[in-house]
Amino acid sequence: MTAFKSLSAAMVKGFLRDKMALFFAFLFPLMFLVVFGLLFGDAGGDKTKIAVVGEGPVVTALDQTGVLEFEKFDNPDQARQKVNDGDLPAAVVVGDGRVDLTFAASDQVKAQTVVGIVSGVVDKLNVAATNTPPAFEFAAKPVEDASLKPIQYLTPGILSWAVAISGVFGSALTLVSWRKKQVLRRIRLAPVGPTAVLSSRVLVSVGTALLQGLVFVAVALTPPFGLKLTGQWWLAIPLLILGTMAFFAIGMLVGAFCKTEEAASGAANLITMPMAFLSGTFFPVESTPPWLQAVSNAFPLRHMNDGMLDVLVRGKGAEALLLPSAVLIGFTLVVGFIAAKVFRWED
Amino acid sequence: MEVADIRKHYGDLKAVDGVSFTVAEGEFFGILGPNGAGKTTTLEIVEGLREPDSGSVTLLGAQPWPRNAKLLPRIGVQLQASSFFEKLTAREQLETFGSLYGVPPAKATEMLELVGLSDKANVPENKLSGGQRQRLSIACALVHDPDLVFLDEPTAALDPQARRNLWDVLRAIQERGKTIVYTTHYLDEAEILCDRVAIMDKGRILAMDTPAKLIRGLDAPTRVSLERGSLTVAEAEAFQGVDHVQEDETSLTISTREPAPVLSALAERGALDGLQVRTATLEDVFLNLTGREYRA
Repeated sequence: MTAFKSLSAAMVKGFLRDKMALFFAFLFPLMFLVVFGLLFGDAGGDKTKIAVVGEGPVVTALDQTGVLEFEKFDNPDQARQKVNDGDLPAAVVVGDGRVDLTFAASDQVKAQTVVGIVSGVVDKLNVAATNTPPAFEFAAKPVEDASLKPIQYLTPGILSWAVAISGVFGSALTLVSWRKKQVLRRIRLAPVGPTAVLSSRVLVSVGTALLQGLVFVAVALTPPFGLKLTGQWWLAIPLLILGTMAFFAIGMLVGAFCKTEEAASGAANLITMPMAFLSGTFFPVESTPPWLQAVSNAFPLRHMNDGMLDVLVRGKGAEALLLPSAVLIGFTLVVGFIAAKVFRWED
Repeated sequence: MEVADIRKHYGDLKAVDGVSFTVAEGEFFGILGPNGAGKTTTLEIVEGLREPDSGSVTLLGAQPWPRNAKLLPRIGVQLQASSFFEKLTAREQLETFGSLYGVPPAKATEMLELVGLSDKANVPENKLSGGQRQRLSIACALVHDPDLVFLDEPTAALDPQARRNLWDVLRAIQERGKTIVYTTHYLDEAEILCDRVAIMDKGRILAMDTPAKLIRGLDAPTRVSLERGSLTVAEAEAFQGVDHVQEDETSLTISTREPAPVLSALAERGALDGLQVRTATLEDVFLNLTGREYRA
């Protein structure tokens, strides 16, 4: 058996027997996927709750719009008090041939939505009551828009994040612990080059990343989450590999500076956590302020994320890989070069 | 193997301060001294892990520094820390280290047997006892059948039983015709195991020879001690060849450079109860060389 193969085998065995490593590579990110996936599962707007007094066709029609929820009151003053207190955005009081709407001026957006809905319903009923055909025919129908359901952006985001943490932690911790335990020194005393050692570790990380991709996508495809893959999902594979290399290089850099495993995992957390939040792992980057979007461009995770979104759920083709791949390769080369410069065999 | 006047200074600290020695093929050579004497640094320079500030090292006709990939398969190094791969069993450790040298996995079985760990083959390294781990570590250093073996304090921190087991392993290795260079701070152990020893202190070699010659060179008296009361001081002083007699609460001690007549005189009197004969040891050699008590 060659040194490359046996070192890879040794590291795979070490990884599979390390319950903590397995937990952080698979279960930990999966927990986020499950929690966020189910939490945001039927998002798409909450119903607005308003106070309602009275009964009749107006109330029935309001109910049929499907966007309002009612809290019934017997007394108009009670209902208005709720609005005054700021508990509810609006109160509708339906009397005999009369609809009174009171709304809170504080939340203009919500209030105007309610005003619009109520006046629309009342106008429609008025037109119907006159028994004359309406002057303008109004038609509305829904289309699927480009914005994504939570699971559609969560899956690529959390997958990229998982690859990032196992890449950074895997390489940093291996390097630090091998240096501390003098395994590096022992290897240096054997007739093997650093290439065999390094490439076998990279191979294990890449294998882990591909497995992570498989597991996360498989879980997200199940009914409770309902991920829909579009287009050429297999284009994610080159991204997984390139992403692993970039994060591996970052881990090597961390490992070169840290003396203990504790320091290395602290530093790796310090890098991966903010990067995950700013790169759109848990929410779309588009929903953040413009300056933050600009900052996030500095992170390899942001670009890996964008590429993953494009090829997994936005149905884009190979052209979507160009920018993310270029950024990830650039990161790998630059960070890898610095890591090689500051690399130490021993403390 | 030849080491000529190597020096390594760290600032003001002269870790190795002009060390020279040669080791012949098949020899069991010990480098002794207290902690901080420069043993490990010397060994690291010889192994090619550190560059000396000056001086030269020749191993099997080649220079170990800079890293010499041709020389590496011929030397085996056991490091001070137990350097193993995570979560692998004893056998897997041997197979992995062996593969770095292109050794087939089957060799692991033979090595496990050599160090007496055959029944622990499938036990993870971190579940082994200190002595077992140390033996495994030595097996890993030998897995590629090197000619020259370096062992850095293999018996440190082991209990007496584990140390004795390890001595058997070391003797078995020597019987295979390997040249062994090892460091220890147990002088008694070196006296038993080594063909030749170098005593180091403060970065220098103070003396180098076979343990027996070093001790003889001291010209130290043999001390015969008996139970108190079996003989009076005056009676003992009357024996031929006695240098000095001393009595304390438990025993009477006779110092002599001619133990034979003293012992036969004692035997004639039947005064052999609790008899102990103590000759000088390497610790006395150390004391004589440095003027201070040996403390490991």
